[in-house]
Amino acid sequence: MTVPPGSRAEPAPTVTLEPGRTEANYWRDLWHYRELLGFLAWRDVKVRYKQAVLGAAWAVIQPAVQTVLLWFVFGKLAKMPDGGMPYPLIVLSGLLPWLLFTGAFGGAGNSLVGNSHLISKVYFPRLVVPISALAVATVDFGVMLALALPVIIVLGGVVGWQLLLLPLFVLLTLVLALGAGLWITALTVKYRDFRFITPFLLQVGMFVTPVGYSTDFLPNWRDLLALNPLMGIINGMRWCLFAGRTDLHLPSVGLAVLLSALMLASGLWYFRQTERQFADVI
Amino acid sequence: MSQEYAIAVEELSKRYVIGHAVAHDTFRDRLGHGLRGLFRRTAPRNEEEFWALRDVSFHVRPGEVVGVIGRNGAGKSTLLKVLSRITEPTAGRARLHGRVASLLEVGTGFHPELTGRENIFLNGAILGMRRTEIRRKFDEIVAFAEVDRFIDTPVKRYSSGMYVRLAFAVAAHLEPEILIVDEVLAVGDAAFQDKCLGKMESIVRGQARTILFVSHNVSAITRLCSRCVLLDQGRLVADATPEAAVSAYLAAGQAHSTSGIDLSRTTPSAESPIRLLSVVFNGGAPLLNRRPLRIVLRLHAALPVEKFGLGIGFCHLDGRRVLTLESDYHNGFLRAPHAGEHTVAVEIPCLDLVPGRYRIDVGAFGGSRQNYHYAGDCAVAEVQPSPDTPAHVHGISGDWRPGLQWQLL
Repeated sequence: MTVPPGSRAEPAPTVTLEPGRTEANYWRDLWHYRELLGFLAWRDVKVRYKQAVLGAAWAVIQPAVQTVLLWFVFGKLAKMPDGGMPYPLIVLSGLLPWLLFTGAFGGAGNSLVGNSHLISKVYFPRLVVPISALAVATVDFGVMLALALPVIIVLGGVVGWQLLLLPLFVLLTLVLALGAGLWITALTVKYRDFRFITPFLLQVGMFVTPVGYSTDFLPNWRDLLALNPLMGIINGMRWCLFAGRTDLHLPSVGLAVLLSALMLASGLWYFRQTERQFADVI
Repeated sequence: MSQEYAIAVEELSKRYVIGHAVAHDTFRDRLGHGLRGLFRRTAPRNEEEFWALRDVSFHVRPGEVVGVIGRNGAGKSTLLKVLSRITEPTAGRARLHGRVASLLEVGTGFHPELTGRENIFLNGAILGMRRTEIRRKFDEIVAFAEVDRFIDTPVKRYSSGMYVRLAFAVAAHLEPEILIVDEVLAVGDAAFQDKCLGKMESIVRGQARTILFVSHNVSAITRLCSRCVLLDQGRLVADATPEAAVSAYLAAGQAHSTSGIDLSRTTPSAESPIRLLSVVFNGGAPLLNRRPLRIVLRLHAALPVEKFGLGIGFCHLDGRRVLTLESDYHNGFLRAPHAGEHTVAVEIPCLDLVPGRYRIDVGAFGGSRQNYHYAGDCAVAEVQPSPDTPAHVHGISGDWRPGLQWQLL
């Protein structure tokens, strides 16, 4: 066999297919398919920005409208304390991570069923699909951040070294979203009604997560809300964006790290458990 | 290659459990039966085991081109899915030595919104090509597909012919050591099919590449393959020269001749609202030449469906289509007013197909002719002579022999 120029001269691999053996080289395979991961992520991003008539504007309109609504409900009607920051900025800084999470979680959660034509026709480690689905939400977040940051700096008059830690919190959000998304996407393959559970969970989540308000002035509630890992994430992101003008509540950030890691580990476990049946039931 | 075999299949078996009432479990059902079932892989009630493959063994040497034939539901697709690693075997073992690429469908992963150029890269990556490899072959792929003028147009604007040409072109430029191919030649117009077959031939002759090739098209099998295996009901029943396997296949087809076809074991496409259940000719009585043919189809609709169509094809035993009946050709689309079972009937006033055996294809499709459920080659039906059949009709070329009035003007 002549090796075509340009392709790597890898030794011919031997694959043994046996019940229960498919996953023997799983992680090596996942690495081998990293280009596919990139292509699927690129496809999702490209299609999203091509299909939507408003294109990138969509990434602006959605948070802008929600900011106004939440500002009105929490700031004007409920008169939540603002700690000296313009209230819309409190909402905006909560919405950014919330939208990142919901986008990434929703994308990963729907990824397998959305790509069922691939699952039943081609082999690749199935983890490629939910991981690549995180890309759209991440790009959307980047667009939103690029537009929101100047607003926060000008209106809030804050900027500081804390901003450099923002990527860590983005990563944490993606870890949590992937973990939760792996559960949902694997369950959805078998039980289609999990598709309806996701929007419901997110609707409830919006209120038990300090998106439209800040927990700095709710010490009684903060410990309870901290059981929600998103509370720690949003608390941390606000602290980064507001250059330390809000409290960094370390216990809730620590708990968020712990719970996110736990979510990812358990999600991976369940995904791997059910993965071998995907092509048969999807 | 040092290995003696490129593909070694040993007592490979695959069991499916088919649920009857619903296509997908709902979580609510499971809650009804108690949560304990959720994390276990136990079979809920109402299920039936079905061996799609049973103790299949064969070996393929490097460079051999082996055909796989068999009726619909014989296990061909399951075999390819197991060898492509899409699904795990239930028992037995298969070893593959060398880089494997499988092609179970042309255009897997094509996205209508993306341009031809973008889809080449995406589809190539899905089929296992590296980015550098795709870039190197890009011009060749575009030239083969004859779409250079439209390479930056979204493929949703392509004609179906262009779409298929582009899809096949990407696949044809794969360079694995083992290639697993399912029925991909059954696409495009006749000229392009010939070009594809030619390309397949040059792949076969050009390099020491091992190919496993499934087709209903027996002439393609005999043209391309050096050996052929025949599957029937999940078992391997012949492993011989293409000519011998094909004649065993054709002979088996005759034994299965029928007037009622059960389609419940065939699978609709993913997310299809329509599932075909059965087709019955003449209420189970024989099909007679020069007599009316009444066809009754039973189907199940998962929900009310506004527009769908049904089709039935009669083909020669070698796969060539002789007669096509499609509901939308005559009176527009059909409608399923509610979920549940429906029965559709159609009658040919006078069946002028010459007596003989025909392979039957049955299909259901949606309002934009997207495939809902296609059961190709699902049975063999025999058209028998009736008292009105002229005695000399046997053995004469031509398949459709209407009784007409000839007038001297």
